[in-house]
Amino acid sequence: MTGTKVGPGVAGYCTQTFAVAAAETLKLRHDPMDLASRAVQPILWLVLFGQVMAHVHGLTGGKPYIDFLAPGVLAQSVLFVSIFYGLSAIWERDLGVLHRYMVSPAPRSALVIGKAMASSIRGLSQALVIYACAALLGVKLSVQPMHIMGVLMITIIASALFSSFSLIIACLVKTRERFMGVGQFLTMPIFFASNAIYPVQLMPGWLRAIVGINPLSYEVDALRALMLDGGTSELGLGLDLGVLLAASALCIAIATRLFPRLTE
Amino acid sequence: MAVDAVPSSPFPQPAPPALELDGLTRRFGNITAVDRVSLRIAAGETFGLIGPNGAGKSTLMKMLTTLLPPSAGVAQVAGFDLARRPQQVRARIGYVPQLPSADGELTGYENMLLSARLYLVPRAERRATIAASLDLMGLTEVQHRLVQTYSGGMARRLEVAQSTMHRPAILFLDEPTVGLDPAGRATVWKHVRDLRDRIGAAVIFSTHYMEEAEDLCDRIALINAGRIVAIGSPADLKTRFAAATLDDLFAQLAGDRLPAAAMPS
Repeated sequence: MTGTKVGPGVAGYCTQTFAVAAAETLKLRHDPMDLASRAVQPILWLVLFGQVMAHVHGLTGGKPYIDFLAPGVLAQSVLFVSIFYGLSAIWERDLGVLHRYMVSPAPRSALVIGKAMASSIRGLSQALVIYACAALLGVKLSVQPMHIMGVLMITIIASALFSSFSLIIACLVKTRERFMGVGQFLTMPIFFASNAIYPVQLMPGWLRAIVGINPLSYEVDALRALMLDGGTSELGLGLDLGVLLAASALCIAIATRLFPRLTE
Repeated sequence: MAVDAVPSSPFPQPAPPALELDGLTRRFGNITAVDRVSLRIAAGETFGLIGPNGAGKSTLMKMLTTLLPPSAGVAQVAGFDLARRPQQVRARIGYVPQLPSADGELTGYENMLLSARLYLVPRAERRATIAASLDLMGLTEVQHRLVQTYSGGMARRLEVAQSTMHRPAILFLDEPTVGLDPAGRATVWKHVRDLRDRIGAAVIFSTHYMEEAEDLCDRIALINAGRIVAIGSPADLKTRFAAATLDDLFAQLAGDRLPAAAMPS
């Protein structure tokens, strides 16, 4: 009897992954304020930062700055929402909730991907808010269904990428206090050393090199091409998608390996 | 009876669900938290772990539930090798950690649904299984309330329900009644007892309440400094160590190191 190979199979794996994402989504439904409060930050970036910077001439080669900024703010808000997933995992560990997941027969990768999916759902809700706000501010958004689908897909992948990256950090630092420190330390460079709020042409060479290895830059590049009417990609959509997918797969794989450390 | 709705697990249950440890050890740096523990627990046995704080009870339980890899030694849990087949082990055990593990931001029912999915209770049986388990734990009335509004005893019963829907061969409970009032403790144990009789699982729990250990256990192991210092049925242990109560036994073996002069007169 022992040694019999039993596998719950692909369907089981999907059920377990979905279970994690569904639980997170239910929590959002019980506490909608959570989503609402997170929508404030990107609106402030668009309305305050965007309006002021719009008066700097020549920044974006004649195109309105707000058009340039909107995809950057979407990428940024996805980053900021996802990066808290590690913190919430530590929090769940401190509460005891994470132990319940860890003693279940669900493969660790299903748990990590489930969390990543939950993060994607939050990311999508951010996209909705930013689209609405950008439209009100007169950003020329593309309404082609393929483009909108593309934006949603990039948002989902980027959410998965940064939430699993955040989970890796959580597994390494293990306490809330240290995570807060490291989280700040990492989020700001990812954001500022990217093409999110200013063109790379303004940057010195060393900074451009960092921008080139920063996955956020590829996310922003893809979003600029897909979100805006007549938008173009500087790096190529294929490369953008390839980098984002590869980085996500790598982060999910590492997070899967490290995840059990949290409840040891 | 609603119980008929409890499903067969998608994972085949092994015939001998005994737990067998040989020299199980866990070190943290220089500290040996669990020191060469060898032990055999029979199918359906109720087994208590007692011992002072820091004796290694929780560490032992974390190893047996696959949360913590052992530093040395081997263990068969529910018929599978702990180190090599952890996922098979996890499919056959239930574990209620000492910390509150039900999610306070979800309702009781939603917590159950999460567990039913994680343990792959077949979709067609989910509703009935959840209803039967909630009923068995006396939580049907409160199932749609957020768990953060539950009393300590209700939350614990929910956690037991979440941990046993898949009919585990072994149920681990780490200090399940800590912090509960006497009524809450009594209800938790009444329900755990019913459940044990119903599904025939071995129950392994740690506790600081000697009367709980005495009332419930077939056998008890007293652990001190990472080792089993005494093991046997409660009656047997009391005779062997000439102790009137388990409290006396505990004081005798776990080292009541307070000098007599320091005791309040």
